[in-house]
Amino acid sequence: MRTAVLSGKGGTGKTLLAVNLAAVAKTATYIDCDVEEPNGHLFFKPEDVQEEEVVVKIPQVDKERCNGCRKCVEFCNFNALAYAKELIAFEEICHSCGGCVMVCPEKALTEKERVIGKIQKGTAGHVRIYTGILNTGEPSGVPIIKKLLAEENPEANKRVFIDCPPGSACIVMESIKDADYCILVAEPTLFGVHNLNMVYELVQLLKRPFGVVLNKCLEGENPAKEFCLERNIKILGRIPFDQELGRLNSNARIAAGESEEYAALFADILEAVRREVRHETVADS
Amino acid sequence: MKQLLILSGKGGTGKTTIASAFIKLAEARVYADCDVDAPNLHLITGWSTEPEKTDYYGLPKAEINPEKCIGCDQCRQNCRFEAILVEEEYKVDPFACEGCGVCEYVCPVEAITMVPAVAGELMLYSDGKKVFSTAQLKMGSGTSGMLVTEVKKQMKSAAIDAQLAIIDGSPGIGCPVIASLSGVDMVLIVAEPSVSGISDMERIINTAAKFRIKTAVCINKFDTNIEKAEEIEEFCKNHGLPFIGRIPFDAYAVKAVNNGQTIVDLDCASGRAVKEVYERAVELFLEEKIG
Repeated sequence: MRTAVLSGKGGTGKTLLAVNLAAVAKTATYIDCDVEEPNGHLFFKPEDVQEEEVVVKIPQVDKERCNGCRKCVEFCNFNALAYAKELIAFEEICHSCGGCVMVCPEKALTEKERVIGKIQKGTAGHVRIYTGILNTGEPSGVPIIKKLLAEENPEANKRVFIDCPPGSACIVMESIKDADYCILVAEPTLFGVHNLNMVYELVQLLKRPFGVVLNKCLEGENPAKEFCLERNIKILGRIPFDQELGRLNSNARIAAGESEEYAALFADILEAVRREVRHETVADS
Repeated sequence: MKQLLILSGKGGTGKTTIASAFIKLAEARVYADCDVDAPNLHLITGWSTEPEKTDYYGLPKAEINPEKCIGCDQCRQNCRFEAILVEEEYKVDPFACEGCGVCEYVCPVEAITMVPAVAGELMLYSDGKKVFSTAQLKMGSGTSGMLVTEVKKQMKSAAIDAQLAIIDGSPGIGCPVIASLSGVDMVLIVAEPSVSGISDMERIINTAAKFRIKTAVCINKFDTNIEKAEEIEEFCKNHGLPFIGRIPFDAYAVKAVNNGQTIVDLDCASGRAVKEVYERAVELFLEEKIG
């Protein structure tokens, strides 16, 4: 059972929710797919961390063999190759499609591995923590997310929480590709609603069952709540705007572990997700 | 024209809130939103006119002609992106396809063609005196860096004579951020006083440093965690980064945004603080001119 937490807008509380849901579940795996800015591990402080590099394939040129025909340069749709006196590969731009190697008539190109980041696996209490970390200066974390999600083969009953990057581009798509359920976290601002609408369209496009958690709720109007009511979107729960919760979270403390009140707040949301998933499974069969 | 780019690493620290205030204070005539994944600046910059819209084509996507396909499986075996699906017939998953053209190359019967695909929309607001360049990436699309480059090109091609351009960036450190960094004169990082915020700030500072761009830091909502705010200032001091101000948490900021206003449109604590940050940012810009 894989639950992805996403939001469109950054800073709405994806990590807060994903970390606390994993903390209140009996056994859980938390996967941090926000590989550009991973933060979940700062909360869990996992132990026995094992680290593994993530590599991609990039072309390397045998200068003796290259006759300057430029077939590879013409083929590369990503403009990752250029010929100026000799063949130059722009390693960061390469998408590792392998096309240049195929088209080279002189067999002057082969592939080598290049490290773009790493994966860390550790444990904190009953939670397994998987973190993807993209090296700074690298443009794409997609290969790291692919590897992270392929690593985890949970037993049927185990709960997996996927903490997604912000936005709605390819990295988010990759993160929710195999999710059974999506939780959209929204804050009660004009920006929050505008970006909620984007991920709402995304989960519909991918036909994923989903619900919304309203975060930072104040008394009075909540444009995000109105958005959900107008569209008949399931509201899984609401997290109040709360200075103490904010303080704990800013100090990377797991709120559910600090007080019974917060533990109950997140347990209720988890229960709402469980009910929804059960409902979905019944509806499907 | 000098370009100031506002970044944060972590999302939701207040990039757009601060960018919109800067635009107002500078009476900026040229500005852009490079957060093509989740653009919001247009919501509070008060344009009443409709923008000029242009389709943005990313890389082409493969299409298989089922009449010609002989099911040899070469395309599937050679695709590195698992974009070839085999159902009743061979199909391309347009979200997985990155447009490399390998399948077209290996297909022995020319059943595959690369077809242009719209990956987003560019928008240009202009009234002859000022311009605002922005864009919206299509759901799940993968060429956000290229679209960011287009947004900046569109901004510059509007050819308005201005000293300063203000650019709102995207969260993270990946391709859209890297694309937005190219050619800018200064980066302002909006940091958040939290453990996560500090970790993310360090990663964006390292990224900007790789491009050797002058970087200044300010803290938003500093009073939500004074200890962490002090840590950020200490970090800046230790790394020789100009620290140019603290902005308090302010309920009026949310009110302003929800009314489609900037925080300097109201007389409020965050508005007054951002004004000081703005003045120091401009000073830093001028400093560079002399040096």
